[in-house]
Amino acid sequence: MKAFRNLVKPYLFWMGIFIVIPMLLIVLYAFTRQGNDVMTLTFTIDNFVKFFDPIFLRVLGKSLQIAFVTTLISIILGYPVAYYVANTKEKTQTLLILLITIPMWINMLVRTYSWISILSDNGFLNVILKAIGLTPVSLMYTDFAVTLGMVYNFMPFMILSIYTVLAKMDKALIAASYDLGANRLQTFLRIVLPLSIPGIIAGITLVFLPAVSTFVIPKFLGGGNYMLIGNLIENQFITVGEWNFGSAISLIMAMVIMASMILTRRLDKDVEDSDKGVNNGNGGVMYGR
Amino acid sequence: MRKLIQFKNVVKDFDGQLVLKGINLDIMENEFVTLLGPSGCGKTTLLRILGGFIEQSEGQVFFDDIEISKVPPYKREINTVFQRYALFPHMDVFDNIAFGLRIKKTSENIVKQKVTKMLKLVNLEGYENRAVTLLSGGQQQRVAIARALVNEPMVLLLDEPLGALDLKLRKEMQLELKKIQKEVGITFIYVTHDQEEALTMSDKIVVINEGEIQQIGTPTDIYNEPENRFVADFIGESNIIDGIMIDDYRVFFDGIEFECVDYGFEDNEEVDIVIRPEDLDIVPLEMGKLSGKVVSTLFKGVHFEIVVETPNRKFIVHTTDNSPIGTQVGLHFFKEDIHVMWKMGTY
Repeated sequence: MKAFRNLVKPYLFWMGIFIVIPMLLIVLYAFTRQGNDVMTLTFTIDNFVKFFDPIFLRVLGKSLQIAFVTTLISIILGYPVAYYVANTKEKTQTLLILLITIPMWINMLVRTYSWISILSDNGFLNVILKAIGLTPVSLMYTDFAVTLGMVYNFMPFMILSIYTVLAKMDKALIAASYDLGANRLQTFLRIVLPLSIPGIIAGITLVFLPAVSTFVIPKFLGGGNYMLIGNLIENQFITVGEWNFGSAISLIMAMVIMASMILTRRLDKDVEDSDKGVNNGNGGVMYGR
Repeated sequence: MRKLIQFKNVVKDFDGQLVLKGINLDIMENEFVTLLGPSGCGKTTLLRILGGFIEQSEGQVFFDDIEISKVPPYKREINTVFQRYALFPHMDVFDNIAFGLRIKKTSENIVKQKVTKMLKLVNLEGYENRAVTLLSGGQQQRVAIARALVNEPMVLLLDEPLGALDLKLRKEMQLELKKIQKEVGITFIYVTHDQEEALTMSDKIVVINEGEIQQIGTPTDIYNEPENRFVADFIGESNIIDGIMIDDYRVFFDGIEFECVDYGFEDNEEVDIVIRPEDLDIVPLEMGKLSGKVVSTLFKGVHFEIVVETPNRKFIVHTTDNSPIGTQVGLHFFKEDIHVMWKMGTY
């Protein structure tokens, strides 16, 4: 076993060079002024203060809002899919899961581009609408288009993580619930749903995090003036050339993400606690209720 | 006593494979019935049909004189104790037991009363707020029983409920289950492959093999009067001998004609004969009905298990007196100890 431990070393080296050092650089940039020489660093918190401007705060708010809506829709649409798949025959399950993951084999950029040709004013959707005699709609560059793109891209993660929990759930529990007089709906609400919460929470993490920080989807489907936090950071680095401010926003973003992670983790833990009904330390013997 | 459950020619096949081949069985009120058979014999399938989790391919199931094949499990007055208990891991002991009552919208006041009474019945007072995942196997078992019984079903189904417990706990739980059944006075249908468990607890044993009922009877009937070679072999240890029934009360095997207590066979019908090891006694050579040589002896605690080889076969003998290997001995038995059975498949 000990010999295997050495195998982790190349990865640690890799992680050091490509993850830890860049992150330290971001922190360094965030707290310094532009135009530093290597020898003369000027530390400042101006970059952070600058962010607390209504314009930027609104961008952050919008990002959180879109990510939140995306996550919510992913749960509402993804849960039934996961539930359906988990209750089919094992062979069918494998096939359906394959179908759900197949789009992920294609580059996200390409997939997002394809939505443009569907949604644009002369796109696929409007051609159909016109053909059946309805008035065409302008969908591109709206919240709708951006949210649609995000749900499309990230919902598979929600489906997969809920499916995993549902598929390994002990079927005897469901039989036991029926046996005790619960009908299908009651069984779902009291047994299946509570036991699948860990899957939902894992799904939230997998959908919310990329949704809050993506810049490709809002850029393509939201248009040039559509600004989410991901685009803001991208602009600072690529267009404006304000690496220091960009780094500061990245750090703020990291904080927000960390906070939301802690929040969901707390939620998960609450569920687990009631799960295990942890003893409150009086030797386990408790009277009354 | 009234017939509570009737299986009428119940057949079940899974993808063309016959698991139950026409089961006819009546179960009375307040009976402790055990379905006994080797794994894969169809006993659990029969239980699941009664519970409503699967439907038979052919035949009918009556409950209280009503055909229930199309009644979903949650509408049956039957509750089940599952093989691995199937306790709800996200609920504590109290909530697990209260589940059925709450589904029926029982007022919390009554829920509390009934659950408390059940906890007392299964000896788990004070465990209300324990997490079920932290309980021992025996305790989980009790919660599962309480969770089923609190709904006051007319029938409790138990699917090998003691399989996961160690021997000592299993013996304790056997007695306790029997006690609980007497206290609540309802029908228990118990599935097991453990013949000793079946003999200890049951009012009636149904021996099943390969989807067919082999014998129905009280534990003593089944043990003392097995109807065929399978039952004799499956229930306890036995010496099974091919023989010929000459006429009533006279049977011929191992080259000798013996007096017996069985009758009603055809003259010179080929039969199986069983002699239980504990009915055989080792006596001095000249006093035995058969004679042979001791070829092995094993100390089993209460008795010795001695194998005596006669010219025709090896007999297993259970006796409290040891005989050294190599001794020539006689084997003695009384005429009541010879049980004559029909050959399998001919009745």
